[in-house]
Amino acid sequence: MSIATRAERSFLRMALGHPAFVIGCALSSFFIALALISFVWTPFDPTKLSIPTKLQTPSLSHWFGTDHFGRDMFSMIMVGARVSIAVAFVAVGIGMLLGVPLGLYAAARRGSFIDELIMRGNDLVFAFPSLLLAIMITAVFGPGAINAIIAIGIFNIPVFARLSRGAALSLWTRDFILAARVAGKGAVRISAEHILPNIANLLIVQGTIQFSLAILAEAALAYVGLGAQPPLPSWGRMLADAQTLISLAPQMALFPGFAIIITVLGLNLMGDGLRDLFDPKLRRER
Amino acid sequence: MTRTAITATAASILALGLAFGPAPALAAKTSASIGMQLEPPNLDPTGGAAAAIDEVVYANVFEGLTRFGADGSILPALAESWEISEDGLTYTFKLRTGVTFHDGSGFDAEDVKFSLDRARADESTNAQKALFADIASVEVVDPATIKVTLSQPNGSFLFNMAWGDAVIVAPETAADNAAKPVGTGPFTFAEWVKGDRVDLARNPAYWGEPVKLETVTFKFISDPTAAFAAMMAGDLDAYPAFPAPENLVQFEADPRFAVIIGSSEGETILAMNNKKAPLDNILVRQAITHAIDRQAIIDGAMFGYGTPIGTHFAPHNPAYLDLTAQSAYDPEKSKALLEEAGVSDLTLSLKLPPPSYARRGGEIIAAQLREVGIDTEITNVEWAQWLEDVFKGKNFDLTVISHTEPMDIGIYGRDDYYFQYADPDFQAIMADLANASDPDKRTELMQAAQQKIADDYVNAYLFQLPRTGVADAKLKGLWPNSPTQANDMTGVYWEE
Repeated sequence: MSIATRAERSFLRMALGHPAFVIGCALSSFFIALALISFVWTPFDPTKLSIPTKLQTPSLSHWFGTDHFGRDMFSMIMVGARVSIAVAFVAVGIGMLLGVPLGLYAAARRGSFIDELIMRGNDLVFAFPSLLLAIMITAVFGPGAINAIIAIGIFNIPVFARLSRGAALSLWTRDFILAARVAGKGAVRISAEHILPNIANLLIVQGTIQFSLAILAEAALAYVGLGAQPPLPSWGRMLADAQTLISLAPQMALFPGFAIIITVLGLNLMGDGLRDLFDPKLRRER
Repeated sequence: MTRTAITATAASILALGLAFGPAPALAAKTSASIGMQLEPPNLDPTGGAAAAIDEVVYANVFEGLTRFGADGSILPALAESWEISEDGLTYTFKLRTGVTFHDGSGFDAEDVKFSLDRARADESTNAQKALFADIASVEVVDPATIKVTLSQPNGSFLFNMAWGDAVIVAPETAADNAAKPVGTGPFTFAEWVKGDRVDLARNPAYWGEPVKLETVTFKFISDPTAAFAAMMAGDLDAYPAFPAPENLVQFEADPRFAVIIGSSEGETILAMNNKKAPLDNILVRQAITHAIDRQAIIDGAMFGYGTPIGTHFAPHNPAYLDLTAQSAYDPEKSKALLEEAGVSDLTLSLKLPPPSYARRGGEIIAAQLREVGIDTEITNVEWAQWLEDVFKGKNFDLTVISHTEPMDIGIYGRDDYYFQYADPDFQAIMADLANASDPDKRTELMQAAQQKIADDYVNAYLFQLPRTGVADAKLKGLWPNSPTQANDMTGVYWEE
């Protein structure tokens, strides 16, 4: 018990001493906080149009100015954060929940027909550029936040399946797994009890990176009109709306653009930091 | 020494600048490149409904018996003059002589007979066959005279013959017009680079007054941002129907450009599916019209460019009735009407095609409908999808669309038209109108028709789409208005 606490404490100290991780955490938690606050409070109703006050520059009442319909940009960014984060979270969740078991199962049945089937299926999904796949899915099932989630989720599956299969394969040759097999544990139990905890670090790091990619993918889909549909605000669509107005009202493009950049940057820094922190070699050097 | 070198360099740069800079401006410019939003699917106006076809070839490559003038009046074209019999059934057209098609073959009454018979034939692919429906027979009197007999008097026959769908084609080349149009107009077709542009060249053998431009290029740039950049960079000389009204403010502030605001035939409406519950209830449709604040849509979606309309008719037409008050913005009345209709928790689908008037206007309408308790489910669709799903499939509740054909109130009488009105009383008015040739009687009937569709709240009538054009300040002679779908280049010239 006391050993664990000491390990935890040293991990926390190390984490706080890792500047990239700290900055990444701060940036991404800022937007997560914005998204959470938007459930209870926004400065204005982000769907309320007010044509007379359209295209205003940032001011004390409208912190980020107003868009071409007179909607408050700051409120839209807040609710947009909610949409982006929710879509990315569920999409990565789908990828993990389906991809990791597939990968672990393939590793447990390595070399078998079922392994080949799973991995070649993965290759098939991988073969399509992820955004093209997403556009295909939303074109067939119609645009909308739910279909965007499914589309982004599907191209997250092979990422996690591959990662967990690769990591699990190297573990299957280790002595402690042999010990578990000798003890009579089946492949499923070994995967769940011994392999999964040992690859969790990798999955968390990859999950963070995929999260930022999913936010980008959602913005890209919304930009071409296949993401969340109006009146629900979405960062990508805000950018698309700003396109013809950029020389007239630059704030309409700047703020959602910054929101996307900062969130993605934050998540990437956090992912890099986590990878460093989980890496035992780096840990020893410190 | 160094200073001399710098001076010399500066002088040579200046010399280069003088040599290459203003030199092209010394010779008068004789070409114009015109921006268009959509590329035509083909170039045969008698074989397609797309407005982009007429926007390239109408009056430039093809001509009809009559034509539209810039103000919408009907002018003689290939027919020099005409006589109408007392009973209004026989039209005798005196044709121009010395006219040749671009392939060198001569034009005479046989070509007119061929063109009209081809357009009204059963197997005709003409998109506006209704224009020819009243023709009973076409007779060649002599090579320069043609007699058209109607089955019933039609007051708008000369108007019908001015449409792009009624242009005269040659029997030898009619089949190939889709890719290689051959007409009698002042410009000949030169080249079509698919996805990019259509080039026209001056027709040296033109029968009428020769045009001033030697070449005209129609470039297809659908993205408003790219169109804006192309105008600013001087790649385009004019964009007669500029798609992004928000950029006009910037063009207006720039002395290099002239902004041309005209009226168009585009009645922009919120179309409703009149046969689909609960929109089959007139109270619900009336409630929707009262929920809509037209001025907010014009300001928000069109940046103030547009005239509110209260019926499906162009305000610049002398017979127009201003019925906007009948469906004035009144959310309270709207709520009361919904209650009276016994409808609550209403969610309607709202399908929006790509133009910004539809996408932006649709978002504003959705917000306004939300105020009175009607929820909408917005779906942004591409044109192909809109035609398939809404126009043909009638799978929609609401859609925003601009009807850009001239005098198209008759669509309300069509059976099976996408908003599914087809009221027998309205059809009777249309039938009377078709038979009336007395101008006063026609005005009266047109006004009755306008009143009828406003009373029945068929659709919510939003605003008349302005024709917001932008052109180089030195390019003169473009049509400010669009009485028909056309970019008539015959009178366009560069001011010295």
